[in-house]
Order: sequence, then structure tokens, then C-alpha cells
Amino acid sequence: MLTKRIIPCLDIKDGRTVKGVNFVNIRDAGDPVELGALYAQQGADELVFLDISATNEKRKTFAALVKDIARHINIPFTVGGGITSVADVAPLLEAGADKVSVNTSAVENPQLIDELSKAFGAQCIVLAIDGRKIDNTWTVHTHGGKHPTEKKLFTWAKEGQERGAGEILFTSMDHDGTKNGFAIDPLSKLHSLLQIPLIASGGAGNMGHFIDAFVLGKADAALAASIFHFGEIKIPDLKTFLKGQKINIR
Amino acid sequence: MKLIIIKYNAGNIQSVSFALERLGIDFHITDNPEEIMNADKVIFPGVGEASTTMQYLRDRKLDQLIVNLKQPLLGVCLGMQLMCNYSEENNTECLGIFNESVRLFHPTLDMKVPHMGWNNLTLSNSWLDPALENQYAYFVHSYYVPVNSLTSAITEYITPFSAAMHKDNFYAVQFHPEKSANAGELVLKSFLKL
Repeated sequence: MLTKRIIPCLDIKDGRTVKGVNFVNIRDAGDPVELGALYAQQGADELVFLDISATNEKRKTFAALVKDIARHINIPFTVGGGITSVADVAPLLEAGADKVSVNTSAVENPQLIDELSKAFGAQCIVLAIDGRKIDNTWTVHTHGGKHPTEKKLFTWAKEGQERGAGEILFTSMDHDGTKNGFAIDPLSKLHSLLQIPLIASGGAGNMGHFIDAFVLGKADAALAASIFHFGEIKIPDLKTFLKGQKINIR
Repeated sequence: MKLIIIKYNAGNIQSVSFALERLGIDFHITDNPEEIMNADKVIFPGVGEASTTMQYLRDRKLDQLIVNLKQPLLGVCLGMQLMCNYSEENNTECLGIFNESVRLFHPTLDMKVPHMGWNNLTLSNSWLDPALENQYAYFVHSYYVPVNSLTSAITEYITPFSAAMHKDNFYAVQFHPEKSANAGELVLKSFLKL
């Protein structure tokens, strides 16, 4: 049976992981390759590397980093950040990335999803959506969650699927950083609305939250950052726990 | 041993190369017919869309070259699908090594398409290392080859399908050994040992 996926997310700035990482058994926690390899060895099912470098000039170093990641890591990984065109994606996939994620650029230019999907196949296009509830409506935000838009979560996710996204990565900004659990209601609604896989993001604080994301939210995968980076939840422990709760886990 | 990866517009050539590097295996990437024909073993990778990829192979006469190879060849993902007769992906006539058709998965409420993630293998008269029984491999695909007499591993998603196949000197896997952690390395080793 297909297993639920556990996905650590690493933010990269100028080639280094950004958030403080609390690992004793790692030489250089700022090295995305070493940290990614550790997660892979611990049983992570996929990895996400988000480039949050401020300038295009700095981003050029990212393709070189992607190649280094692909050389050393034997599980699939997604890369994102600053992708606005087919020309941006080709070098990342050629360097060995399996998927790319788009967020703000897709909201500003939805046709981008069609173009990427046609050029590279739906399976490697992840539409990342940051949402927050405003006046009881889940509203899409861009620029790292800073700018509210006119778009509504559910119609945008559906449109993304129709334009050729292969997967939706939904982050609830209302839940992100709270450690109070994933946003179950919008997840389960996205699940019933979509025919493509769904990744839950934002709010993971304990192992039980992952059960909720999979069982109640019906997510196909769950993504988290700080709880893994700070060692609050160790991936092998999480997977053992989930298996014990009869969740299909590798 | 002279190992060749066929160079064409497949999306995963870099990843397959890195996987072989990690195993410490020497290989060469080429579309030179003579070099391919003289190889001991050949890997036929594949990520992309069936019709454009078949057209690319035909334009370079790689289609005829591949079907006439006598040494062990390993098709990966789209590579395996192209080794069949026909694919529902844009009604594509394929290489015809395996007398099977490639079908589109139809999603259900709980089973989304693409089939994306780690799923387990059930071996069936397999060239794959027996240690791979019930191990997880990484899949990403929307089309599948139904279970048939050439199936050498079965995986279940929406329906049981061929995770691996074998006929004569032709071997193939639907999943991505280059991205399937230790299990994937064992798959590549199984092929390299043949």
C-alpha cells in the first residue's frame, strides 16, 4: 500500500540552512547537504528545499547546491523559491531535483502552471499555497504570507489542479508556528475537492498532530520544519509511533 | 563491465548517474549507437511524456537500436512504459518489446493520481534480489502496466500493476531505483549482477 509521507522542509539562504538547528550528531548544521542526508538516513520520505535568498544573483548558487544535494541524497526532493519561468526550472531538474514548487509567481501568473506542467510533466509541479482565514474565508496569501490576495484557497487549489499541478502543498498561516496541530478542516475539504495528492503544512507540534493530518485531514503527506530541526520530534520515533497507530508508513 | 546510460531527453539521467556514482560503478552516458551496441549493460532512464519522448527516440533512430540490443537493458519509469506496445498517454505507439499496453490510472476519492510516494513490492519469479520482498520503492506516475506474464514485481495502487518486468534481456522497473534509498540501490545491484 502507498504510505503516508513525512517531509522535512529546509529553508536555504545563500546556500546555507537558515533556521537554527539543534543537532549534536552533525558537523555543520548550516550545510543543507549534510542535514538533508541525515534526514534521508533517518527515514524521511522526501525533502523540500526552499531558497529564500533575496536576490536573483544569490539564487544562481542554488542550482549548484541542488546538484550537490542530488549527488548525496538517495530520496526524492522538491526545490522552490523564486521560480517564475520554464527557464528557471530546467536547470534545477537537470541538476537532479525531482519536483519544483511555485507559490507567489503562480498566483501572479497562473499560466505558469500550465507552461511548467506541459514542459516537465504534472508529476514534478507542486503548487504551494499559503492560506489564512479572513472573515471566515480561507484566503490565499503571497510573498511568504505577507500579502493577502483576491484568491480563495479552494477555488485556487482546484484551478491549480486543472492547470496541471501534480500536487498541492497547503500551509495554514493561522497554524504555522503555533505547534497546535495542522489545519484539519481545510485539509479534509481540499482532499475531497482534489484528485491530486495533498501535503499538509503548518502547525505540527507533537506526533499526534501527524495522525490528525493523515486520518482527519486525509493528507497524503505532512511537512514540518522546526520540530525536526530542533530535534523535538525525531523522524525514526515519529515513524515508529505512526506505525503503532496503524498508519501506513515506510 | 562497460555500463552505458542512453542519453536522450529523459528527466532523470542526472539522478541515475548520481545513484551509480554512490554505488561506485563506472558508466558512460551516450547516444552513440556503436558505443551502446558494444556495452555490456545498458540503462534506459525515463521521466517525461510518452509521445514526445518516442518521437525524440525515432528522430535519432534510437528506437530500432534499443529493440535490437542483446545485452541486459534496464528501463526505468517512463523507460519501462516505452518498452511496451502502446501507451494511453497521448495514444502513443511505443517500442513493442513487451506485448502490453500502458493504461491511465483513474483516481478515486482516497487514491489520488499521480501515484506518488513509497509503495511496497511483491516479487513474482523475479530477477530482483529476494531481500526486496515487501520493501518500499518510490513511485511517481499516472500511467501503469497491468499485471501480466512478464511481471516480476507487483505493487497495488487503485489496481495491482507491474512494478517490475522482464523478458529475455530486457528488464524494467516502474519505480525510481535512483530515488528509492537502500531498496533502490539493491535494485540497481540486482541488475548489475545479471
